[in-house]
Amino acid sequence: MTDALDRGAARRPLLSLRTITMTFGGVRALKGVRFEVMPGEVHCLAGENGSGKSTLIKIITGVYRPEPGAEIEYDGETYSHMSPVTAQAAGIQVIWQDLALFPEMSVAENIAFQTMVGRRPRLVDYGAMRKAAAAALKRLGVTLDVDRPLKDFPIAQRQIVAIARALVGEAKIVFMDEPTASLTQSETDYLLDIVRTLSASGVAVVFVSHRLAEVLEISDRLTVLRDGALVGVYPTEGMTQSRITELMTGKVFDQTVRAKPVAGRPVVLEVEGLSRQGLFEDVSLTVRQGETLAITGLLGAGRTELALALFGMLRPTAGTVTLEGRPVRFASNRDAIAAGIAYLSEDRLSLGLIQPQSIADNLVMASYDRLLTGGLLSERRKRTVVADWIRRLAVKIGRQEDPISTLSGGNQQRVAIAKWLATNPKLLILDSPTVGVDVGARAGIFEIVASLAADGLAIILITDEVPEAYFNADRVLHMANGRIVNRFDPRVTALSEIEAAVYA
Amino acid sequence: MPKALHTHGTEIVLLAVIAVMCVGLGLTTERFATLGNAFDLLNISAVNIIFAVGLLVVLIAGGIDISFAVAASVVQYVTATILGAIGGGEWISGFLIAGSVGILLGVFNAFLIHTFRIISIVATIATFNIYFGLLMFFTRGVSIYNLPDWLTTRVILYERELADGSWVEITLPVLVMLVCVAATWFLIGRTTTGRQLYAFGDNPEGARRFGIDIGAMQYIAFGWLGLMAGIGGLVQAHYAQEVVPNALYGRELDVLAAVVLGGARLGGGKGSVIGCVLGVLLIAITQNGLNLLGVSPYAFKMIVGAIILVAIALSNSRLETLFGSSRKEGARP
Ligand SMILES: Nc1ncnc2c1ncn2[C@@H]1O[C@H](COP(=O)(O)OP(=O)(O)O)[C@@H](O)[C@H]1O
Ligand SMILES: [Mg+2]
Repeated sequence: MTDALDRGAARRPLLSLRTITMTFGGVRALKGVRFEVMPGEVHCLAGENGSGKSTLIKIITGVYRPEPGAEIEYDGETYSHMSPVTAQAAGIQVIWQDLALFPEMSVAENIAFQTMVGRRPRLVDYGAMRKAAAAALKRLGVTLDVDRPLKDFPIAQRQIVAIARALVGEAKIVFMDEPTASLTQSETDYLLDIVRTLSASGVAVVFVSHRLAEVLEISDRLTVLRDGALVGVYPTEGMTQSRITELMTGKVFDQTVRAKPVAGRPVVLEVEGLSRQGLFEDVSLTVRQGETLAITGLLGAGRTELALALFGMLRPTAGTVTLEGRPVRFASNRDAIAAGIAYLSEDRLSLGLIQPQSIADNLVMASYDRLLTGGLLSERRKRTVVADWIRRLAVKIGRQEDPISTLSGGNQQRVAIAKWLATNPKLLILDSPTVGVDVGARAGIFEIVASLAADGLAIILITDEVPEAYFNADRVLHMANGRIVNRFDPRVTALSEIEAAVYA
Repeated sequence: MPKALHTHGTEIVLLAVIAVMCVGLGLTTERFATLGNAFDLLNISAVNIIFAVGLLVVLIAGGIDISFAVAASVVQYVTATILGAIGGGEWISGFLIAGSVGILLGVFNAFLIHTFRIISIVATIATFNIYFGLLMFFTRGVSIYNLPDWLTTRVILYERELADGSWVEITLPVLVMLVCVAATWFLIGRTTTGRQLYAFGDNPEGARRFGIDIGAMQYIAFGWLGLMAGIGGLVQAHYAQEVVPNALYGRELDVLAAVVLGGARLGGGKGSVIGCVLGVLLIAITQNGLNLLGVSPYAFKMIVGAIILVAIALSNSRLETLFGSSRKEGARP
């Protein structure tokens, strides 16, 4: 083939989608979206959680059928919809956000499972399967014992298996739905190298990531979705992180310091010399009405343990806690809740919310007693209470009865906050409330925090991210090795100075 | 660690336990350690093994079935009636009729589960009652003794008298059992369909993303168990030389215990034919040993119950697939 022909072919998109619409129950996940990928390009699909990125990928790969009117053109052929078998046979591969692996099966079978599907049943060729798996791993430069069951491997290696799976067979286009979410920095760099290699060998890669730095580093072009609708397609060159954020959310984020003077206000919580052997030592702090106190520091500094102690889930070995002037000692978190302390745990997904249960049930979980009339739960009151919180915190939901797992990270976090606000607390402890929440939704959560503070709630905000503490808190405490080592006022200290202290 | 321990851990442990039990029983009882007793065990276990490999396929696909044992009784009656109507028949027509009726009853479970999205345990508890109710209603609890001669005549494929005076026998049920075991092994281990069954049981959403036909999986799994139930039913009628309506009632739990003991997991995705056979043998040896030791048969029931309980406890992390929420997608961040 000549060069000119090559370039001529490259002008035509490999994949072209038009007017893609998809509705789940009442939620319109995609509204007439257009999407195009050129052969061999690295194309980023950007958008907040719930904007429809995964749904779009599932339509391209035939997991879902789009509504009538959709046009799919791939590699010169037109389809009204795809099927997983056709898509795979045509060289469309996916690394799914949830990996979609089979934990009980061997690594080899996971990687080469494609050879097990197809139009008609066949005999299994285990030899060919293991060879294909080994070859795919070799392309990644990884060695794994392919005969061991997948469940023996940690998540990062499962991610590698999911990537290797996409390299079996002749891929023309590989979709990667948040492939770096559970990888470390060096593993991520490694993956980005793989993306470059694929692209150089003529395979198109569609890359979904929340880490905008990665997006800028790797991609040629960028398609932005917002609320299921196309915002636009842009060359990556000349883009900045803040511009992408703006496109994704439709908002401009002004990062200004929110800190305000709080000195004269009544003290809600006073902690004196609180210690617990090996976890934290001699911690003293006060939180006043309407104040947001941030505690930042590195992972393992003892922040979560301190919060658990304040919430009655860890017994301190020394020190005192005073709540609104009265000394308190909690035997359990029930006592703490009754006294007016609420704690939004770090691990929302496994500890804070019960995923298969409904939005409504999750929301009233901590405040059930308030909904009882004569010992019985009043469904009507529950509905109104839930509706009220959904409205006040602007949670985007379909129906109250939907499982909480149908919501995006940001909206789940809002429900988790509402769950605690429904207990009518005096002090709200937020432990890493933005983990797994994307940029736009983060801003929304801090809006809520600010308005709660304005209503007089005392708030402790625990976060790893110094800027988050700096912009959103009235005072910032720096914790290291179980001790409070610095106290900053964002109004007088520069962000860089706090960052230097914490990350030193 | 040797590779075999990774891939065949359950089977190796089972073999070891069986060996220990055999030695123990051989030392404490007179009858146990004879070759004759060993072959008796095999002959006695044949029907249960046939049921077990059928149930194994359903468990691998993430389902459960309570109804197959009474379905086998239904098969016995229907087959006996049809054979009577066509003037006797022979082994081939017997297996064809029993197999087809069995498949029909199994497929009915798949139909309920797939079409109405009923979880398998609930669907099969319902069909268990329907099948048993119909059976008792139409037979009024009366047994059939006048079966065709070919069906009630013992078919001995190999026999030999041993020096100690006991007999070694291999009978037709053992041959049929071997065929069923081999066929199931071939299905789940050597065909792509079998691997799809594993995948579907392991991660239904993952299987769906590969375009695996979820409905087909249910029909194949329950159809296969139905086929095994039909064949097992006919073999049991042959072995018992009569058809008693409630002869197999309750057998489902013994078989379930044996299969989970053999390493299959409630919740799906795991289990092997060899483990399954060893599980049945272990259960049979336990029962046989308790008999020889003169222990009450109710002790055996307790053991079966305990095994099922432990199996449920061990697989609790996967029970959502069995008891509810069929949609299984990774948590979104
Ligand atoms: N299987 C489903 N059932 C119901 N709603 C769904 C389903 N899958 C996605 N959604 C909804 O569709 C929207 C888009 O989701 P998704 O494509 O996963 O977004 P993204 O991948 O961009 O985070 C969300 O509002 C989500 O709640
Ligand atoms: Mg997604």
